[in-house]
Order: sequence, then structure tokens, then C-alpha cells
Amino acid sequence: MTLLAVDWLLIIEKLILIAIIVFASLGIALYTTFAERKVAAVLQDRPGPNRAGPFGLLQPFADGLKLIMKEEIIPTSSNKALFVLGPGLAMTAALMTCSVIPWSSHIEIFDRKIDLQIADINIGILYIFGVVSMGVYGMMIGGWASNNKFSLMAALRGASQAISYELAMGLSLIAVLMLSGSLSLKTIVDGQMAAGSYWNIVYQPLGFIIFFVCALAECNRTPFDLPEAENELNFGYHQEYSSMKLGFYLFSEYINMIMSSAVMASLYFGGFDVPFLDESTLAPNIAAIIGVAALLTKIAIFIFVFMWIRWTVPRFRYDQLMNLGWKTMIPLALFNMLVTGALILLKAGV
Amino acid sequence: MQALTNRAQEVSRKPMTFMERLYIPSILKGMAITFSHIFKKQPTIRYPEQKREFSPVFRGLHVLNRDEEGRERCTACGLCAVACPAEAITMEAAEREVGQENLYREEKYAAKYEINMLRCIFCGLCEEACPKDAIYLSETFAPANFTRTGFIYGKDNLLIPNPVTEPEAYAAAKGQRN
Repeated sequence: MTLLAVDWLLIIEKLILIAIIVFASLGIALYTTFAERKVAAVLQDRPGPNRAGPFGLLQPFADGLKLIMKEEIIPTSSNKALFVLGPGLAMTAALMTCSVIPWSSHIEIFDRKIDLQIADINIGILYIFGVVSMGVYGMMIGGWASNNKFSLMAALRGASQAISYELAMGLSLIAVLMLSGSLSLKTIVDGQMAAGSYWNIVYQPLGFIIFFVCALAECNRTPFDLPEAENELNFGYHQEYSSMKLGFYLFSEYINMIMSSAVMASLYFGGFDVPFLDESTLAPNIAAIIGVAALLTKIAIFIFVFMWIRWTVPRFRYDQLMNLGWKTMIPLALFNMLVTGALILLKAGV
Repeated sequence: MQALTNRAQEVSRKPMTFMERLYIPSILKGMAITFSHIFKKQPTIRYPEQKREFSPVFRGLHVLNRDEEGRERCTACGLCAVACPAEAITMEAAEREVGQENLYREEKYAAKYEINMLRCIFCGLCEEACPKDAIYLSETFAPANFTRTGFIYGKDNLLIPNPVTEPEAYAAAKGQRN
């Protein structure tokens, strides 16, 4: 009877949660592409897509349909298995990040407490770093398997950029970890929610700026979209891709954006915390819904800032990118880490 | 060497300061500019629903005019074809038969009158050349077509509707002009 000893309800509840979160992220990513075009339009004094459906709201579906209907081309000179693997890997890595993000506290259904987090593992943030670095493989493999010099060059750029900025990102993160004393995202958020404590942004303004810039670079967003430099590399690492495989690459970029926004909100802006509201006085289910809404609002604001930057700043040159990463971001992150450590020690009175 | 304008600036080769190398202050400045554009008025004209008004002197598609009784004014004198700098107009003249007085104003008329809209430069010289006030440029422009021959407009396309039998269509085709 060992089989029945498994908590089947737990598995079912987690499976439902996974399904909801994955489909919600896909849906949000769908409309993020729409939001990108609308934000671009508004910032450039244009109306933007407004033909498909009311206010152009059906535009993302039209775009998706168009991508699916396109002819699927696999170049004869490409490595076919890797060529197909590339976009799949990019998409999987992008979606896997959502599993450790605490979307809200917990809900209670039939006396059963359900955490709104797929897995509260004690190395949550380390897991995110691991998965995000795996996303680089999607780009690398895609660029290499295309057997095209532009794709390969773009993939190399993407990989070197990701490696350079992951360093500064990790260093700026260490300061947060020193403050919260845990790698679990849930504990980090709870620490910021606790009465009498402020969001981490209050203690880590410099760390947040470094983390934000590095997140831009990790998501290949402008001004760090060198792997997709149209004017130098035709189209970048996904040049040979067509149809839905191209769609996967473009889509994974948006999912990465949502996930990095969620991580930033959790690390620096109190996750699902609503400022000036004591959640413990509310019924748990209502508090959970308010928490989800709060986190989604924070994510939306971050995504808007991402787009706002994209439609303001032109692309960096490659040497500027490397100088910024190695000569500015890493020293600043080290400085931030040392100052945070010193202040923590001073406060502890050692 | 003397500068051509007073806007010339000397190129600065100073190495960037630390704040400049951070890029963030100048990026914030740029973001403030783009943010201000959110509140700016859009100059867009949402075309099929909303049309841009042409100026009163707009020269559009040609119309072959009729007089008040609905008779064609054109006498196929060919002055418009001579005046045309793009050589877009061709015509063939014919003599009015007995019993056609209600169709054609004068004894001679254009049996065939063609304008190639791809050649036409819409200069309006034909309108100025016409002694009979038979051709003028309207307020519409030639719509898209699939073939080149589709742009050769014959009398069936150019003639204005008869003001006696179809007064509404005539008024619509005539537009705001004289």
C-alpha cells in the first residue's frame, strides 16, 4: 500500500497550479506582444494596432495565426535535430522559471491549505539562475545549428553577453541574500512583508539598478539586444527560423521578460505585498487574491518600464556593452556587496 | 577656414567621466522625453473612417462635363491632347448624326476619349486648354487597379452622370467645384 501513501491531492493540486500558471503566463505573454506594439505607438505619437477586434485586442491572435500558417522551413545545410531543439529549449527554459515564484500567499479550499507557489525550494533563486543560463543554450544551439555565419555570430554575442551580465547580476543578488539570509524566494518575500520591515529596494537601491540593467541584458532587450541586431547581423540568431519555431523564440523573449519582472518584484518590491496593508487581518482567500493582483500590477509596471526603455534607447555597441558589464557593473556590484556587508556587521555590533 | 554657419561645434575628444560611462543619467533624460510623448496629440488620420480634406485647388481625376440638358460638351478639338505635357490623352472624333442632338452639344463629338492615368501628371493644363469647359479635374483620385490597362480610362469612366436623368449622381460627381 505504499502507492496510496502518496499525497495524491497534493499532486493534483500542484498539477492544476502548474497548468494555470503556465497558461496564464502564455496568455500574458501573448498580450505583452500587443502591449509592446501599443506602447511603441503611443511613445511615437501613433495609434498602434487598432484594426483586429475592438481596440485591436485580437491582434495577438492574428499574429499567432499568421505565424502558424507560414511555411515551415528547415535549411538543408542545418543540423536538423539541434535546429528543432533550439526554440523548444528557449521556450522550456523561459517557462520553467515560473515554478519557484511565489504568486501569492495561500488559499484555503475545504480546509485544505494550498500554497500559490509551485515549489518552495530552499535554493529558489539559485534555481532561477540555473534555468536562465539554460535559456542561453536555446539561443546558442539555434544559432549554431542554422549553419549561417550571421546566426552563429549573433549566438556568440548572446552567450558572451549573458555570461558577462550574469556575474554582475549574481553579485548584486548576494547583497539581497545577506539581508534576508535565505535563498528561498518565499522567505525573501515574507521577510519584506513582515511588520516593521521595508521592501528591499529601500536597503538596496544601487543593487536594484544593477540587477535591473542585468535583467535587461539577460532578456536580450534593447539597449542590449545585440543578438538580434538587424542592421549588423540581418536578423540575429533566429534568422533561418520561420513559422512557429520563430514564434517560439520571439515568445520566449516575452515570457523571460515577465519572469524577470516577477523575480525583480519578489526580490526588491515585496512580491505580492501591498504597501500599507496588513494582510494577516484579512480572510486568507481574499488576501491571496489581492496578493496575486498586487504582484501582477508590479509585473505590469516593470514590463512597461522595459518597453519604455526599448523605445527610448538605441542599441549599445559591442565594446560599450562589454565595458559597461565588466568595468562598471561588476565593480559597482562588488562595492554594493561590500558596503551592505559592512553595514550589516555594524548593525549587529561586531 | 571660415565656417559656413555659426552652428559648427568643435569635436570633444575628452574621455567620458564615470557618470557618463554609467549612461544612466542620460538614459533617464531620454526616457523623460519619450514619456512626455504619451500625452502628445496623435497626428494620425484613421483613413477609411476619417478622410483628410483636400485643398480647394486639389487636382484629382478628370471628369468629362455635360451641359444643363445633359449633352456632352466635348467637341474632340484635341486642344487638351496638345496641351498635355505627359501625352496621356487620345481621342477620336465623329460627326453628330441627325437625331443625336440631345446627346451631343455640337456637330462634332468625341467617339473615343481615353486618358492614361499612369501617364497623367494631374497638372490641369487640359482643363485650362479646353475652350468648351468640357474637361475638369475633380476631387477624387484614381483608385488602385490590378492591370496597367485598367488605368486607361475611357468615356465610360470619365463622363459625368446625366444631370437630367440622374441629378444626385451628377451633383456627387461634380463635387464642390464651380
